[in-house]
Amino acid sequence: MITLATRAGSAPKRVLPGFGLSLGISLMFISLVLLLPLTGLFGQLAGLSLAEYWAIITEGRVVASYTVTIGAAAVAALVNGAFGLLLAWVLVRYEFPGKRLLDALMDLPFALPTAVAGITLATLYSSNGWMGRLLEPLGFQVAYTWVGIALAMAFTSIPFVVRTVQPVLEDLPHEVDEAALTLGASDGTAFRRVILPHLWPALVTGTGLAFVRSLGEFGAIIFIAGNMPYETEITALMIFVKLQEYDYAGASAIASVVLFVSLALLLVINIWQGRFIKRLHGGAG
Amino acid sequence: MSIRLQNIAKHFGTSRALEPVNLDIRDGELIGLLGPSGSGKTTLLRIIAGLEAADREPAGRILFGDRDVTNLHVRDRRIGFVFQHYALFRHMTVFDNVAFGLTVMPRKSRPTSGEIRARVHRLLEMVKLEQLANRYPAQLSGGQQQRVSLARALALRPEVLLLDEPFGALDAKVRQELRRWLRHLHDELNFTSVFVTHDQEEALELSDRVVVMSNGRIEQIDTPDTLYRAPTNRFVFEFLGDVNHLEGSVRDGVLTCGDARLAVDLADGAEELLLRPHEVELREAATPNAHMPVTVTAISPVGAEVRVELEADWLGEPWLATVRHADYERLGLTRGMRLFAVPRRWHRFPDELSTTKPKELESA
Repeated sequence: MITLATRAGSAPKRVLPGFGLSLGISLMFISLVLLLPLTGLFGQLAGLSLAEYWAIITEGRVVASYTVTIGAAAVAALVNGAFGLLLAWVLVRYEFPGKRLLDALMDLPFALPTAVAGITLATLYSSNGWMGRLLEPLGFQVAYTWVGIALAMAFTSIPFVVRTVQPVLEDLPHEVDEAALTLGASDGTAFRRVILPHLWPALVTGTGLAFVRSLGEFGAIIFIAGNMPYETEITALMIFVKLQEYDYAGASAIASVVLFVSLALLLVINIWQGRFIKRLHGGAG
Repeated sequence: MSIRLQNIAKHFGTSRALEPVNLDIRDGELIGLLGPSGSGKTTLLRIIAGLEAADREPAGRILFGDRDVTNLHVRDRRIGFVFQHYALFRHMTVFDNVAFGLTVMPRKSRPTSGEIRARVHRLLEMVKLEQLANRYPAQLSGGQQQRVSLARALALRPEVLLLDEPFGALDAKVRQELRRWLRHLHDELNFTSVFVTHDQEEALELSDRVVVMSNGRIEQIDTPDTLYRAPTNRFVFEFLGDVNHLEGSVRDGVLTCGDARLAVDLADGAEELLLRPHEVELREAATPNAHMPVTVTAISPVGAEVRVELEADWLGEPWLATVRHADYERLGLTRGMRLFAVPRRWHRFPDELSTTKPKELESA
């Protein structure tokens, strides 16, 4: 009894066991898997002067690839935002046969190798593919244009929106929209003023993640993009091209741009979302 | 506004939630729907609100005054609805929550923003929350949130206020306070209210009339007083308070159960008598009419009376008796003490259809 008491007195006050061990392992894992490769990237950059770095990342062909990538990713993210919200809504609010299957299907883009998706899309939308054959006479060229790029990006990033919105929607009790209806709100008003504000942070996060994911996507896009310089080359391809030329420093320079944009965007979303959530949980914000 | 339900039934899939129900609620009444969970009381309330549609077959009707609202959407029924878990809009301030109903009105009938402001502040004053207008729901206690929810429901000046277990999630003291306050509000603003509860004390205290429900059926509709004194069947009797059972066989006007004997005015045969705790008197000696030895096993002085738990060989389940503090002191009750129980009055429900026949016993 006495030994127990003294031990309890000298030990830290944390009740939950395993803090030191679990945090230590987590940090080591993050260091090995995440931080070490990133450090390697910056190590490569060290070989470049600032002028050289600037010249690489502002080269005409590379800048054109930024425009294509960001434009297509923005379109893909917005389309996913709208349809992802709809899918999450359907999966949460209604009961129908095959619901479980549809739910499982949502994760397919995560599970499928992106190259498989890329080849499938490319054959489907090429001028003699099933869809391409139908769309081409109508004047819609999908394969080898930025539309194809956006399509491939949307394919790989839809789960981000669905899987972030879904749990938040599940947490929103039906009574809240019923309350809006008893107060005379039309369906549209109830959705716009009561449901959407609740989903908004999750929707923005999901869309943001989808956008960031699209910025870096390579495998799924490369087959459908056509890869014409200045027109349908994506930034990830530019990195790949540099690597094939054994220009590691150049590849790292372009990669660092993608990295900074992604990090900055994630940070902004996180800060903004934190403020919103604080309000829901009783902060003043 | 009066509410009239005619032949309202409801099935969920194949399971029946409500048998065809008829109910007349008078203008300005405060009605409690009382029943155990699964009795259909919430379903009935939601059908009145229009949040749930009644079965098409048989075709029932819902009338608010002379207005047939059977096929009217909830937003056009002009009711106020208060949810058990408040259902406040968490991303809006208290002010915006209360103002919501006014701000979503069609533009041509919507009050000006100044009028809305004035009206919301009046409502918040009424629920004593004007200091908290700019807070968010998460910053309020449960009782405060439910008051916001009430103010929000009253913002459109509904003539019918429906409340689904409004005080169920609150602690006892706040519940008591809100009950009194709802009663006050009801009398002042003169709307018709229907509330759902599973708490018989709440129903009896608050309602003008209580509708007791079980298994999707209305068992009895009466004033709290009549309900307590003259329950129409065994379910109502048992649901409204603690009950002691006495089972035995009657022979020559004497009911025997183990070594307990009670003079009764009944025909021979098996009988079950029911007694409320306050109908059991404790004495030091048996009376000529009742010889029922019991042992005191627990004593708890709760409020105005003392609750005494009694056991005996002839009892299946322990009995509960309530005695006044004066009697408690006079008898010098202690645990393990052996006494005699004397029924002052008892009830029997030989079959579900008969009405209760309380029997007064002469104390000898």
